[in-house]
Amino acid sequence: MLETFIGKLSNPHEVFPYLYEPLSQQLIILSMFVFIVIGGIVVVGGLTYFKKWGYLWHEWIISVDHKRIAVMYFVVAFVMLFRGFVDAAMMRTQQALASGDSTGYLIPQHFDQIFTAHGVIMIFFVAMPLMFALFNIAVPLQIGARDVAFPFLNSLSFWLFVTGVILVNMSLLIGDFAHAGWLAYPPFSELEYSPTVGTDYYIWGLQISGLGSLLSGINFFVTIIKMRCPGMTLMKMPIFTWTVLCSCVLIMAAFPVLTVDLALLALDRYMDMHFFTTGFGGDQMLYVNLIWMWGHPEVYILVLPAFGVYSEIVATFSKKPLFGYTTMVWATVAITILSFLVWLHHFFTMGSGADVNAFFGIMTMIISIPTGVKLFNWIFTMYRGRITFTSPMYWMMGFFVTFTIGGMTGVMLSVPGIDFQAHNSTFLIAHFHNVIIGGVVFGYFAGFTYWFPKMFGFTLNERLGKCAFWCWIIGFFVAFMPLYILGAMGMTRRLYHYDASTGFQPYLIVAAIGASIIALGVFFQVLQLVVSIKNREKYRDLTGDPWNGRTLEWATSSPPAFYNFAHDPEVNCIDAFWYDKQKGLDVDNKPKIRTEPYQDIHMPRDTAMGFIISIFVLILGFAMVWHIWWLAIVGVVCTIGSLIIRAFNYDIDYYVKASTVEAIETQHLQEMAGVKR
Amino acid sequence: MMKAITSLMSRPSIKGMLRNLGVVVLVLLSLALSGCNYSEGILAPKGQIAFAEHRLILFSIGLMLIVVIPTIFMALWFGWRYREKNNAHYAPEWKHSTLLEVVWWSIPCIIILILGTVTWKTTHSLDPFKPLDSKEKPVVVEVISLDWKWLFIYPEYKIATVNYLRIPTGRPINFKITAAAPMNSFVIPQLGGQIYAMTGMTTQLHLITDIPGSYRGFGANYTGIGFAGMQFVVDATSPEDFANWIKTTQKIPDKLNADVFWNRLVPQSTNDPVRYFGRVTPGLFDDIIMSYMMPGMRDNVAPNENTIMNQSNH
Repeated sequence: MLETFIGKLSNPHEVFPYLYEPLSQQLIILSMFVFIVIGGIVVVGGLTYFKKWGYLWHEWIISVDHKRIAVMYFVVAFVMLFRGFVDAAMMRTQQALASGDSTGYLIPQHFDQIFTAHGVIMIFFVAMPLMFALFNIAVPLQIGARDVAFPFLNSLSFWLFVTGVILVNMSLLIGDFAHAGWLAYPPFSELEYSPTVGTDYYIWGLQISGLGSLLSGINFFVTIIKMRCPGMTLMKMPIFTWTVLCSCVLIMAAFPVLTVDLALLALDRYMDMHFFTTGFGGDQMLYVNLIWMWGHPEVYILVLPAFGVYSEIVATFSKKPLFGYTTMVWATVAITILSFLVWLHHFFTMGSGADVNAFFGIMTMIISIPTGVKLFNWIFTMYRGRITFTSPMYWMMGFFVTFTIGGMTGVMLSVPGIDFQAHNSTFLIAHFHNVIIGGVVFGYFAGFTYWFPKMFGFTLNERLGKCAFWCWIIGFFVAFMPLYILGAMGMTRRLYHYDASTGFQPYLIVAAIGASIIALGVFFQVLQLVVSIKNREKYRDLTGDPWNGRTLEWATSSPPAFYNFAHDPEVNCIDAFWYDKQKGLDVDNKPKIRTEPYQDIHMPRDTAMGFIISIFVLILGFAMVWHIWWLAIVGVVCTIGSLIIRAFNYDIDYYVKASTVEAIETQHLQEMAGVKR
Repeated sequence: MMKAITSLMSRPSIKGMLRNLGVVVLVLLSLALSGCNYSEGILAPKGQIAFAEHRLILFSIGLMLIVVIPTIFMALWFGWRYREKNNAHYAPEWKHSTLLEVVWWSIPCIIILILGTVTWKTTHSLDPFKPLDSKEKPVVVEVISLDWKWLFIYPEYKIATVNYLRIPTGRPINFKITAAAPMNSFVIPQLGGQIYAMTGMTTQLHLITDIPGSYRGFGANYTGIGFAGMQFVVDATSPEDFANWIKTTQKIPDKLNADVFWNRLVPQSTNDPVRYFGRVTPGLFDDIIMSYMMPGMRDNVAPNENTIMNQSNH
């Protein structure tokens, strides 16, 4: 009876599994619990004390402004980066300790959940939101648009992503999390071997946030195709926008595959079907194929925008146009297409046969050609440049070294004969951290530092940024080079414990030291934010163009007015803003001196519907995880109902009066004039 | 507090601190490196396949370093040379050179052409499914991945072992691999290669070694809480020793049949000790595979659901 009303919540073993675990584990859970409670009290208490709830609601939660949404993506992503990093630190500590007679400080059940959570969080809830944050802050400004094509959808995407975050974090306290690895290979992730709600949290967390990602992909694709300012043909787009366009194509093509794959797994678990089970005709290899048909393009979804960031940064700080723009575009497009032809290299060891393996191995190597070309183009952008070594440029230099090594080990892994040795070993772990940290993370950090003044109107402390960089890069090499050696010594991934005779321990201790050096880097990043915010008046940038930039986002104020540009910009070449400045047209730091009068500006209205719909989706997800069927039906009905209500709301836009625009612009010009005097 | 931190940050000594940190780390790293004898994994290959894989690794590293080293060097050198303070030659509009771009499209193309050719050849010669050329008669070993142990059946000799493998030197070993548990991967790095173990199907791995010794084997695809304990020792001994071992093992009274398999071995257990079976029901391996393909058959053989439930709740 009780089960009908509250589903699996009626079973205390399911809801509070940690109550049945050893005391040492309970202490870990308890300390985490205390941390979350204190954090919650500080945030809620702070908002109440400073009477900021209304501000939070009106200025942020219901905002459809892409710049606000970018900031919210950054905030959530950094919180999740912290969690993912704590997971990593716990794993490194466990592996450094658990040699021979010692079994470390974790029980295997926890260790398994931790490495699963680490992978899931770092890819879905750190890398993806950081990427969307960069899309949001830079793309509409770079193409001279007032917002994205579908501002409400943008807000909905963000809140769906937050819903996924909430579900995944809820598993810390209610129930458990998946323990099947970040891609949840069946049959291990099936009910037979994973009967708890952990895998269901995984499925619904990813399905919901994945839907958000798909909608964002569509949104930015349409934005870039339809909303470029006059004169900006495709081959005059900033290169970052190009990489976003390609990344969006990949999102639109790849994410539905993930959705289908997880849906089939859900059908197995919820409706006793047999797509991937061990018996009854289930085929685990189908799941593995499908998940990597999404999973490999996903890697390029993440790294292409990072390449875009590097392209912007190297041109800006070398004070030279990007070398070989056309080549860069075609290399990006080539990577986009090729990324769909390599997925099998993730499982050469599944027995596909030599012809198939060799084909996919060679296709994988071919991807390294356009990638290598990109590297050379960046290097020759610096050639005969005049390079200012700001911290984004530091990240870029770190990327050159790290990514090249990671690329080399990647090509090694693409040779099936080598992969048969290295597959699933820590060599592989070292390789993908090498490219993801060295390529994606460094790129996103660089982008964050680069566009931070655009978001907030002041720059970040450079010295602390550089300290963070040095800790990250040194820590990275100390943490991951030992893993290459361990992989070659035959250490497989996801090992909770190993025999002392293997000789793994010294390397794992070094790796743990590396992780703590990275922790120091994270500390410097937090300190950098604190110090910079505290001294924001000192770092204030009123010009809107602190780096002497080349693209349109630097042509407006920082932070830009909510309508982005008082006048629609017009361009006639790549880096038009730079050349306008060269021609001395930068009196007001605008692309051109605009003398014509201000006009009314068409803008979208803020709406709470994205937030509200996501609450209903959260209810649906929670109900499905815990098998509370009536609540799930409520969730579905409310979600669809609110979508219909939103669809019939015709009051979704308005015009900003020319006089309002004039007032805002005049005030900004006065502030700037005040500084120049 | 805040002021103290800020003033610390603004002192130039932070760079020195970092440099010192780097030195400490390097020392630690080199200590760790020198402390290890490379007697593990692919660093110490002992079988024909592993030797070939080892060569392939060294060849590919060497080939790629031809591009990697100049690339890293150029990146750092250009960064240094064209830094703002250096006032080196500045060409603010130099952004295209057909010749240069042709050069750096071609270099990776050539490298990949070479490596691609080698890949095509070695992928076929090192294919795990490919039987090895040898005058000697191969030993067939049927491998079953279980939660969380490895079962090895020698069908010719009608014996079986758990978590222990004995092979003769000089004779090819034909592994036929399946699972009665989640997907795992069977690997003995020093002898070469790995291949997935999956229910309801057979994969194959062909290895051979001429060097007697004890090698480490294990599961390489995570399968749950007992996964770390899925280790086994491979003893490669002379054919005579191997024959003696077979004879001794055959005298062990324990029998492996469907009942023992489904009710004693399939239920989950961790860190299992080595076990021997002197007799094995013929065709057991094929029956196990078929039981996952034909619904219901597994239930007829063994009503083992209770045992699984009990074990997984501990």
